[in-house]
Amino acid sequence: MSPRPGLNSKRARSLISKRVEGISPSGIRKFFDILSTMEGAISLGVGEPDFVTPWHVSEAGIYSIEKGYTMYTSNKGLLELRQELTRYLYTRYGVEYDPETELLVTVGVSEGLDLAMRSIINPKDEVLSPDPTYVSYGPCTVLAEGVFIPIPTTVENDFKVKAADIEKRITPRTKAILLGYPNNPTGAVMERNELAEVAEVARRHDLLVVSDEIYDRLVYGVKHTCFASLPEMKERTVLLGGFSKAYAMTGWRVGYAAARHEIIEAMTKVHQYTMLCAPIVAQMAATEALRAGDAVVKEMVADYDRRRRVMLKGLNDIGLACFEPKGAFYCFPSVKVTGLSSEEFAEQLLVEEKVAVVPGSAFGECGEGYVRCCYATALSDIEEALRRMGRFVERHS
Amino acid sequence: MNKEVLKALERDARTTPEQIATQTGISMEEVEKTIEKAERDRVIVKYKTIVNWERLGEEQVQALIEVKIQPQRNVGFDAIAERIYRFPEVRSVYLVSGTYDLAVFVVGKTMQEAAAFVWQKLATLESVQGTVTHFLLKRYKEDGEILEGGGEKGRRQPLTL
Repeated sequence: MSPRPGLNSKRARSLISKRVEGISPSGIRKFFDILSTMEGAISLGVGEPDFVTPWHVSEAGIYSIEKGYTMYTSNKGLLELRQELTRYLYTRYGVEYDPETELLVTVGVSEGLDLAMRSIINPKDEVLSPDPTYVSYGPCTVLAEGVFIPIPTTVENDFKVKAADIEKRITPRTKAILLGYPNNPTGAVMERNELAEVAEVARRHDLLVVSDEIYDRLVYGVKHTCFASLPEMKERTVLLGGFSKAYAMTGWRVGYAAARHEIIEAMTKVHQYTMLCAPIVAQMAATEALRAGDAVVKEMVADYDRRRRVMLKGLNDIGLACFEPKGAFYCFPSVKVTGLSSEEFAEQLLVEEKVAVVPGSAFGECGEGYVRCCYATALSDIEEALRRMGRFVERHS
Repeated sequence: MNKEVLKALERDARTTPEQIATQTGISMEEVEKTIEKAERDRVIVKYKTIVNWERLGEEQVQALIEVKIQPQRNVGFDAIAERIYRFPEVRSVYLVSGTYDLAVFVVGKTMQEAAAFVWQKLATLESVQGTVTHFLLKRYKEDGEILEGGGEKGRRQPLTL
């Protein structure tokens, strides 16, 4: 018997599932590679806080390891944490969830979104979502065999999605609306009355709403509206939230999903067979974060707000027109004045001035002509980055 | 008086009025007026720098001295506190609750110098009943700033979505 030929790369690639093959990798790899070998670069391309997790939260995690809390938890997560979440969602947004049946602790919103999609989507079901939008929404929909339908948003409406634009694209196959406000990458926040119009559409067409509210605490001068708090919306909303942004806990990987018990049960099934449970250390730290109250979050929000003002003014001053973002920690200026595409802008800016931003096109077609600049970085770096960007714009316009 | 302006300066005394205006959304005139008034009213006491002299290998001795006082009629602890805080060697003086009355921080070039201050000047004051001197061995954190170690921070990935 002759030996089988080895598995070569071409053949190996052909073994990858069509579903995964069809998903394009994130558009920032190239920048990442340039950036990681570059000296003296300033990155406005991050998507996480620059704070370290507050010490009392980290300390709770350390304590849990010391005391030997190193095992699985129940699939749904520690009951204490779910109880704290119930309290949090009720006191903050007036929405009541039963900690036993309507809450699930997830490995961040990323897992929560995947669970939600896999639990509600049948093949070819359509999911409507504003464009530009967070990079995982499309792929998660596709992996669940759904069809992702972007709803264009524009700077004229501060990148808020209009209910009428959603309604126009509803078909008999539409299953859900997927929202992410405060928004990554634009920083847009939807007001309560604007969300109420979307709610009306969901009600009229009997749709579910998956609402990614990971940035709920990072709003400036406006109030965040929890979508489930709108009249009759708790029953058709899958609320996704987490600790990463508000408590600077990105690396702990802990978040939650809240929804009616039928949906949480379905999500728990997927979670149980794929993740089992969120890490216990992170769950104990998250419990402490909720118990210890708000002062530390408020301080961080005030700090982001100062930097937000500096970046917003700076961008407009150097000629990169930017609407006022009211949430998250991103500015989303137009780079059209340079005549460059957003990818060219990002690449040339990095090479010529050593400042990294993320091209808006990475977040959908409507992001073309814009770049995402994160202001969760030291004030002095923001100021220096703006000086460099100012020079760049002057040369290119 | 606008507290945001004061907080900005407390974080970094070198922040310019223009920067404060941008960061807070308060007008430049208002920022300048606030600072002027705060300086006049001694709400802003002084602008200072935290220097880590140990880094330069500078010898400097600091001592915390517990001072037990016999309070005086009418003036309580204030008169004796003033006698003590007027010495330039004295960095800080606090009236505290507990087993002693005044916490006095003293700096000197050498341990002898600091010790000499205690037994020559402090212990000999009439209403001082006793002193306990603690020499500072290491400064970990001062005025909210971590000086050595402990301040290490993980590094973020340079680019994330």
